Amino acid sequence: MKRILPSPWLSLALYLTWLLLNQSLEAAHLLFGGMLAIVAPLLARPLQPHGYARIHRPLALLRLLGRASIEALRSCFNVSRIILFARPEGLNSQFIRIPLDMRSPHGLALLCGIINMTPGTVWVEVLPDPHELVLHVFDLHDAGWWIDTIKTHYERPLMAIFEGQTA
Amino acid sequence: MSGMNHWENLPLWAGLPAALLLILGGGIALIGCLGLMRLPHFYQRIHGPAITITLGTSCILIASMLLFSAQATRPVVHELLITLFVLMTAPMVSMLIMRAAVHRELRKPPPNPPRAESAWNVYGDLAQRPSRTPEPPEMP
Repeated sequence: MKRILPSPWLSLALYLTWLLLNQSLEAAHLLFGGMLAIVAPLLARPLQPHGYARIHRPLALLRLLGRASIEALRSCFNVSRIILFARPEGLNSQFIRIPLDMRSPHGLALLCGIINMTPGTVWVEVLPDPHELVLHVFDLHDAGWWIDTIKTHYERPLMAIFEGQTA
Repeated sequence: MSGMNHWENLPLWAGLPAALLLILGGGIALIGCLGLMRLPHFYQRIHGPAITITLGTSCILIASMLLFSAQATRPVVHELLITLFVLMTAPMVSMLIMRAAVHRELRKPPPNPPRAESAWNVYGDLAQRPSRTPEPPEMP
């Protein structure tokens, strides 16, 4: 099973993508999509230096993405308000460093995606030693709040999802 | 206007929210561009278009799903794929642009007097290290 389907989630995602692209549930599309979902992950396997991600808790992943979407929506309105009404000189845009515990490359990639999808924060890079994230914040009020939020609301669930640790 | 004919029977439940979403999405895109124009520093300007990417595109794509579903009288949801691809590519692009800007700034000496927005504030104590290139993380 593991040899035919190295990553069932990736196969499922590819299958759904194929059906959505064709907007049809005809037998030909169902069949060809199935072939694609099996063959593509096998062919792309050597391109993945860390292997495919293992998702230990799919439900926690959904919950995390839901919370991240709400956060992104809220930040959208905050950033819009700042652009429209605040004086640019009064903005406190700064880089901050956040110590990380997570090592999983897939978890870090998803954290990067979530942080960059949230307006008002941009991920710069992960420093190797000490293991710290450099983050740029559009309007910084309290660096401690950011460290706390990212560590408890994002990093801990991500570690549970990708590294299998209890949250 | 024969081209407009197939929109005439559009039900109100789809037309009204779609129009509102288009106005909201367009407004958000405009605010994002305003930010790009008005904000003084590069590190601030990068945050302007981020709202266009998240909320602007979402509003317009939801409006598109509503309109075409109402017109075809079946669910049309392949716009979700656009959302997915935008959500997968946009964060990588903003990270790369930000990194390029930071590395350009770090090639110059730190600003004197120190400035709050400078990347030197967090990179200053790393500058003496022989190599700042991060090693690829180990798989746990």
